[in-house]
Amino acid sequence: MASTMTVPQGGEAPVFYLKDEHPHPEGHSTPLGFWLYLMSDCLIFAILFAIYGVLGANYAAGPAPKDLFDLNLVALNTAMLLFSSITFGFAMLEMAKGKVAATQGWLAVTGLFGLAFLAIELYEFHHLISLGATPQRSAFLSSFFVLVGTHGLHVAFGLVWLTVLMTQLARHGLIAANRRRLLCLSMFWHFLDVIWIGVFTFVYLMGMLR
Amino acid sequence: MSSETNAQHQPGYEPQPEDEAHGSFRGYMTGFGLSVILTAIPFWLVMSGALGDNQLTGFVVMGFAVVQIVVHMIYFLHMNGRVEGGWTLLALVFTVIVVVITLAGSLWVMYHLNTNMMPVHDMRQMP
Amino acid sequence: MTDASVATSPIFGKLSLAAFPIHEPILVATFAVVVLGGAAVVGALTYYRLWGWLWRDWLTSVDHKKIGIMYMILGLVMLLRGFADAVMMRIQQAIAFNGSEGYLNAHHYDQLFTVHGVIMIFFVAMPLVTGLMNYVVPLQIGARDVSFPFLNNFSFWMTTAGAVLVMISLFVGEFARTGWLAYPPLSGISYSPEVGVDYYIWALQIAGVGTTLSGINLICTIVKMRCPGMSLMKMPVFTWTSLCTNVLIVATFPVLTAVLALLTLDRYVGTNFFTNDFGGNPMMYVNLIWIWGHPEVYILILPAFGIFSEVVSTFSGKRLFGYTSMVYATVVITILSYLVWLHHFFTMGSGASVNSFFGITTMIISIPTGAKIFNWLFTMYRGRIRFELPMMWTIAFMLTFVIGGMTGVLLAVPPADFVLHNSLFLVAHFHNVIIGGVLYGLFAGMIYWWPKAFGFRLHPLLGHFSFWFWTLGFLFAFMPLYVLGLMGVTRRMRVFDDPSLQIWFIIAGFGAFLILLGIVSFIAQIAYSIWKRDELRDLTGDPWDGRTLEWATSSPPPAYNFAFTPVVHDNDAWTDMKRRGYVRPVDGFKPIHMPKNTPTGLVLAGISVALGFALIWHIWWLAAVSFAAILVVAIAHSFNYHRDFHIPAEEVVAAENARTRLLAGSGA
Repeated sequence: MASTMTVPQGGEAPVFYLKDEHPHPEGHSTPLGFWLYLMSDCLIFAILFAIYGVLGANYAAGPAPKDLFDLNLVALNTAMLLFSSITFGFAMLEMAKGKVAATQGWLAVTGLFGLAFLAIELYEFHHLISLGATPQRSAFLSSFFVLVGTHGLHVAFGLVWLTVLMTQLARHGLIAANRRRLLCLSMFWHFLDVIWIGVFTFVYLMGMLR
Repeated sequence: MSSETNAQHQPGYEPQPEDEAHGSFRGYMTGFGLSVILTAIPFWLVMSGALGDNQLTGFVVMGFAVVQIVVHMIYFLHMNGRVEGGWTLLALVFTVIVVVITLAGSLWVMYHLNTNMMPVHDMRQMP
Repeated sequence: MTDASVATSPIFGKLSLAAFPIHEPILVATFAVVVLGGAAVVGALTYYRLWGWLWRDWLTSVDHKKIGIMYMILGLVMLLRGFADAVMMRIQQAIAFNGSEGYLNAHHYDQLFTVHGVIMIFFVAMPLVTGLMNYVVPLQIGARDVSFPFLNNFSFWMTTAGAVLVMISLFVGEFARTGWLAYPPLSGISYSPEVGVDYYIWALQIAGVGTTLSGINLICTIVKMRCPGMSLMKMPVFTWTSLCTNVLIVATFPVLTAVLALLTLDRYVGTNFFTNDFGGNPMMYVNLIWIWGHPEVYILILPAFGIFSEVVSTFSGKRLFGYTSMVYATVVITILSYLVWLHHFFTMGSGASVNSFFGITTMIISIPTGAKIFNWLFTMYRGRIRFELPMMWTIAFMLTFVIGGMTGVLLAVPPADFVLHNSLFLVAHFHNVIIGGVLYGLFAGMIYWWPKAFGFRLHPLLGHFSFWFWTLGFLFAFMPLYVLGLMGVTRRMRVFDDPSLQIWFIIAGFGAFLILLGIVSFIAQIAYSIWKRDELRDLTGDPWDGRTLEWATSSPPPAYNFAFTPVVHDNDAWTDMKRRGYVRPVDGFKPIHMPKNTPTGLVLAGISVALGFALIWHIWWLAAVSFAAILVVAIAHSFNYHRDFHIPAEEVVAAENARTRLLAGSGA
């Protein structure tokens, strides 16, 4: 295009490009991208909640929530997850101060609470199955196991991630990449907490009221 | 949109994502305290049956859950309109809308399906 | 094919020799052709010593332009497969009259209509749309790449992995015989005990991972990587529609993932979500899958709307009419698309209140779409229109799509839908909007951006042939289906009793033949243009007098897209730059920070194919091994902290100087 190469005579020339490198630091999109992933995950849970909402009362002449759920156990489980949330918060605060050891310590505590949560959940599942309340028994139990189990799978995945990240922290310390990863994992962890609020309210508490 | 300015950052001004997203000790403790209370009350309500009416208890419990989710969003996930130029909040609002549509829509649609297509037969009225 | 009662072996699972369709001459012949073709390609690559080049420059590339082109190749290859299925169905329906059974047995025919739908939506339309977005969006917003270049490569390979599984089903076992959405209870284990539905599930799940991640990637790119000055309301319309499309992708594909996962559990574990007994409800599947399915339609059409907007304004030599209303219409469509899903199953029986709500929302969604049509018309009004090929496709779109839209509004009326539901009228309607809307848009887009991607134009003559064959072929192929649908003919029929219907099917078959000529002409156009590329060469980088940033750089653009990040002052940034005397910078280049290529995405997708295959055939040891392998590779990848490098300033200088010489030589 001939016109593009001609310089206009006089008049101020507008800036059409940056002479200096426009800074796009590595990973500057990561928190937003990870948040978008969480939102998409949220929709998976929305579908599982929807299926529980629609099919959750179809007991097929099998056991109902009142016959199965032990709210004391659920309360204990909820406490585990809540504790793990606050300890992850402490880890993030230590990270902000740049203290690797303290960060690692709180992460380990978080992991232990997460493990306890998983163990209690597995115990509950085992107990239900031993009662004959298997996922195959009724649509209610199918949707219960899948909703709660999917949350549990997420926690398990979070624990794997936590372990990997702790190894990476040990190797490289609190470099920018690791801080970014910790931020993402903390979002993931707190997000699972939010989902759990839905689970214990919608599945357990409301289930006991039916 | 709140992010109109986002693209007009001058070179050198690009806030590091970590700067705004850690919260404070106070914030975490407030969130934790609130969520303990907001968890304990519904559990107590259901376990003791203090309100008497199941339906009422259900609504109250759901109300607590909504409040607690908001608390977690603010104190643990540090959600506000400033992070990422408001895009995370926008994404959250959009997701909430879609989730509400999905949940409410499915329940509504399937409830009507069940009432219309699977009427309960009262055997006593059979000839 | 496979007998469900065959005991599963610990090594091969359900896979046995009976799974190979050696008794189906059509499949054996196809297999021979595939093997010969594959051997020819492999031979050619080896003979010309291209493996290293292919591996380094393409397969492991994280360059959004190369990934975009690979998406387009995937889409076009799969188009051939999907179209072959369509032709087979047309022939069957044209001859299966007067007691004739046609030439396809029910088992084969039912797979055909399923696989045709699945391929055309998931492995033709989606890759083509994603490919164009991948290629064009970063260029339009003045970025060097997408936000997550590695993820981009991974997404592409996951989509390809899904396509590979579908192709494997052609020769090992069978594909689903359920229709493209695999409604239970038909797709449940009791009615489909064979592996067909499992192929369907795992192909879509694996491809779905890729689609969701690429959606997240492109949203981040558009939100975070726009060049200075490009506020939201200065983004090109194609970027806007891409943003909305990717929002839809991220907010709907998880729904598909979840629903398919539940169906998987029903089939593999014996849960009771969509079964007929133990409290399951098959209609819940239909309800949920359309919560994904309807937005999916808009995922496909919105980028096409964006392409038409770019094309109309470029070839009319005018700023787009009603930019703001165009943007708002797009956003409104994005949100409304979540409120109409039930119109796909009005006949389910939810009652008058539900049906009227969804009928009305469906009619409302045609309003923003109509607004867009008027915007394009007003852009053309008093413009200096150049009837180049992209513009011709656009005008054909406007005429065709309006018919499809109107029949859509007809179907939105619940009482009318009760008559037309699952009839050929419906089939004609959605082909009318998907071919006349999405595909025409993709053709317009491919021809419009081809010179940008390869540095030479497509030869127009064969393109005209392709255009006219497609347009006429479409009318011949689908207008008869409207007639048949109104006469009450249902879809997915293999044989017919009423001989008076036959003439309509023969006309439709003739239409498919014309479309075949259209596809052949298109391929010939590409081949001929590559052959004559020196005559068709475009040195300016701006062959159409374009208006947006992608035309500001060379064709094909360098790996880094722009040597200096552009600054934007206007909607039509490049027009503005040309008008106000932009001078291309010729010195002062600096090293450019770029991501490194990596084979991890390809490796992960390859293992995913093995995982999918193992799960389909119940080869549990392979499933466990490949799942573990995926975890190991992914974790190992996370230990790699050195993922970027700098293109040295000398290389940038060399590339830019070469372009300076070219521009000087071309007299520009």
